[in-house]
Amino acid sequence: MNENNNKLSRRRFFGLMGSGAAVTAATLAGCSSEKQRSVTTLPAEVPTDKMTYRTMPGTDEKVSLLGYGMMRLPEIDKEKQEEGKNHLDQEEVNRLVDYAISHGVNYFDTSPRYCKGFSEETVGIALSRHQRSEYVVATKLSNFAPETQSFEASVQMYRQSFKNLQVDYIDYYLLHSIGELENYRTRYINNGVLDFLLKEREAGRIRYLGWSFHGSKEFFDYMLNEQPVKFDFVQIQMNYKDWEHADPVTAEYMYNELTKRNIPVVIMEPLLGGGLAKVNHKVLAMFQRVNPALTPAYWAFRFCGHFPNVLTVLSGMTYMEHLQENIRTYSPLETLSDDELAMLSRAANIITEFPEIGCTHCQYCMPCPYGLNIPAIFAHYNKCINEGTFADSPQAEDYKRNRRAFLIGYDRSVPRLRQADHCVGCEICLPKCPQHINIPQEMQKIDKYVEYLKQNPND
Amino acid sequence: MLRKIRIVLAAIFFIAITLCFLDFTGTIHAYLGWMTKIQFLPAVLALNVGVVIALVLLTLLFGRVYCSVICPMGVLQDIISGIHNRSKKARARFAFSPAKNVLRYAFLVLFVVLMVAGLAQVASLIAPYSAFGRIASNLLQPVYIGINNYFAAVAEHYDSYAFYHFDTWLKSGISLAVAVATLVVIAVLAWRNGRSYCNTVCPVGTVLGLISRFAIFRPQIDLSKCNGCTLCSRKCKASCIDAKNHKIDYSRCVACMDCVENCAQKAISFRSIIGAKPQHHEACAQDGEKADTGRRTFLTLTSLFALGSAVKAQESKVDGGLAAIAEKKVPTRSHHITPPGSRSHRNIAQHCTACQLCISACPNGVLRPSASLDRLMQPEMSYERGYCRPECNRCSQVCPTGAIRPTDLAEKTAIQIGHAVWIPENCIVNSQGVKCGNCARHCPNGAIKMMPKDENNPESPLFPVVDAARCIGCGACEYVCPSRPFSAIYVEGNSKHQEV
Repeated sequence: MNENNNKLSRRRFFGLMGSGAAVTAATLAGCSSEKQRSVTTLPAEVPTDKMTYRTMPGTDEKVSLLGYGMMRLPEIDKEKQEEGKNHLDQEEVNRLVDYAISHGVNYFDTSPRYCKGFSEETVGIALSRHQRSEYVVATKLSNFAPETQSFEASVQMYRQSFKNLQVDYIDYYLLHSIGELENYRTRYINNGVLDFLLKEREAGRIRYLGWSFHGSKEFFDYMLNEQPVKFDFVQIQMNYKDWEHADPVTAEYMYNELTKRNIPVVIMEPLLGGGLAKVNHKVLAMFQRVNPALTPAYWAFRFCGHFPNVLTVLSGMTYMEHLQENIRTYSPLETLSDDELAMLSRAANIITEFPEIGCTHCQYCMPCPYGLNIPAIFAHYNKCINEGTFADSPQAEDYKRNRRAFLIGYDRSVPRLRQADHCVGCEICLPKCPQHINIPQEMQKIDKYVEYLKQNPND
Repeated sequence: MLRKIRIVLAAIFFIAITLCFLDFTGTIHAYLGWMTKIQFLPAVLALNVGVVIALVLLTLLFGRVYCSVICPMGVLQDIISGIHNRSKKARARFAFSPAKNVLRYAFLVLFVVLMVAGLAQVASLIAPYSAFGRIASNLLQPVYIGINNYFAAVAEHYDSYAFYHFDTWLKSGISLAVAVATLVVIAVLAWRNGRSYCNTVCPVGTVLGLISRFAIFRPQIDLSKCNGCTLCSRKCKASCIDAKNHKIDYSRCVACMDCVENCAQKAISFRSIIGAKPQHHEACAQDGEKADTGRRTFLTLTSLFALGSAVKAQESKVDGGLAAIAEKKVPTRSHHITPPGSRSHRNIAQHCTACQLCISACPNGVLRPSASLDRLMQPEMSYERGYCRPECNRCSQVCPTGAIRPTDLAEKTAIQIGHAVWIPENCIVNSQGVKCGNCARHCPNGAIKMMPKDENNPESPLFPVVDAARCIGCGACEYVCPSRPFSAIYVEGNSKHQEV
């Protein structure tokens, strides 16, 4: 065990030596904030009329290239939050939504599950203050829990979305996170729910029907080639890392297959849950050689916007600064040169070589029935990998300092009873993770690392 | 001058020993731990002959300087009395009183009888060092940790790792109550009469008093210089100077040098009796005030535990949030668990003075004072907040009395202090039908293996099988067990530790 651990950690350690402290830890203020670095060096002014738009094929409907993901909304102060009550900061959400609309953003994406189930309602309040023609709204049939998979329960979830969003039609409606045939059949086919949704589309209450995807290549192919329904759009995970390096199916493959069929693509995870906003020093240096004023997030968004069949790029923006930066990136979009594309491909290789745990803090695994704070544990571990402070062997020069920083920081970011050593390995989380992280296995890996540090004090 | 030296030395000892009880990081003890080991009673219990002889010689030479410098309880009383001295009225509030020899020796005899009878936990109520330890551990350490935690929060704000948060909680209501009562009684006695505890109750004081009668260096009154102002007597916190008769009771004198310093005529000096003229003796028939020697008795308090809601492995309909974690409860153990190095229940009961230094030092939240009457306030282990970690042997290093003998890490991992017991009804493999094996994963000795329930089907659910012979009782399994409030695997103590 220790040997394995050593090997692994040594590789990481040397690879990350010198990478660094430049990334300040963003405080977790949102549902879980997408961590970007705010930029002060881009032009201070945020254009209001330069947003790049894409057109829904066969219509003249314009959709802003920047879409607003409503999964990581700002929260009210922790002390004021009450169990079971809406914990989102409505006032701040209104401010963000108003700003987005006035700067040309018109696509808003939510789900009945987001933000402990309060996203739709909050988004509905914010959007209903605007003309219906000023925005398009996307939500999903998020019937993951078995008790919501009956026809009645699913339809009820569908109807509740109208009430929450205060609308009489939904522009974009998605089958939420499909990835495996059996599960797809249970949730949408056998219970007649898909037939119902198709009728709703005919009736005009759903304008476009699509699906979001996290799953196997076989099932992706099945959805495109074998099943009979014509869907209007598909939402996939895409960013410069997943373009070539994604398991089990690359973004490049999915994008190309959809483009061949003229199906517009909605992009999620352009920053890989914030992971691409705080890259290691090698990649950072690569970017800054081109232009030191541009952030990693800028490059990530430009990459996604570069592809013409992309309808919109969703970003879960918690802070005004992130919203402003992303609006700037797409107002207007500059497509990438071949050199720039090659640079991002090299960046992706480096990021893949020193793997963080690919957790995007989406919270789908939570709550863990045994009380673990899974995303917070991964976040702390990733931070240490990212900053190159992996404590390797007790002989190493900065072992003592790194060990102390890791252990104290661990207790600070995750209470003891919610740490990795309490993972029982029940695997209830396994099917919930859209990134297909083997959570129990990673938990045991982190636990072993913590044990190694605790048992080797080096003093 | 002598008085100043005494005060400086006393301050050093007092602060150092107090720090030993406050520090939870294990650093201070490496430098200052020896100060707890030269305490008289712990040295006697640890059969630390060298220290005992040295202390006896010290007393034979200079009188009870031990009581004025080394004993933290003595210095604590001086501090309290000193605060009262700040008011002008109280500055010379003492008066000579004759020794209460009956009470004194009764306490000593009672103390010895209780110790020999194996009731150290009762005897230790009046033992000076351990009583001070309980005050420091129960009252001062939580304050110290609180301040530390404040600094930790500030440090966290600035991304510094200079301080870290440390949990503090009420380990034992009884122990806290005893500490508070001791402090109140000591404070009242010291406030009014200075050293009346030391000269009437304290068994160490009485023993050292027997020796200090024959001390070579002692404060002596020069009759040719004395003008009979009795200031020395009024300033003597030990009430041992009979100024009228120019007589000092050296069995009670703690060699504080206050009289030497205060005598305007310079009639009192601290000097050798060798070659000096004998003082003239006269009996004195003065009645002293009755010392408040009453001690409270304590009833067992029921501990309160917050009832958390049980964890349910249910499917959630929304993302995010944290499951409630019910607090773990202490299981009923038929044999309690004592730390590695304590050898047996009998050894710890006989040697422990319940000073709680080990409890203050335990970084894993394992040690706590016992609430059981037969070992009241002596340390015992439980694993709700952590377990006896393999890289730690602090309790064995700090113990001054030999109740927990020094044990190195390799030795420790081979001592069986108890063994794990599985309770099938609580185990989530049975009650919730999920995979687990967390106990087996965390067992440092490989004593727990997950085995299939059905011998012929390796795919059938796995349940933990404990090899008690390889188990050392560290409690890792009990701590990480997801079953709440009672773990599905818990440790039964060994009354006599064994080797694995």
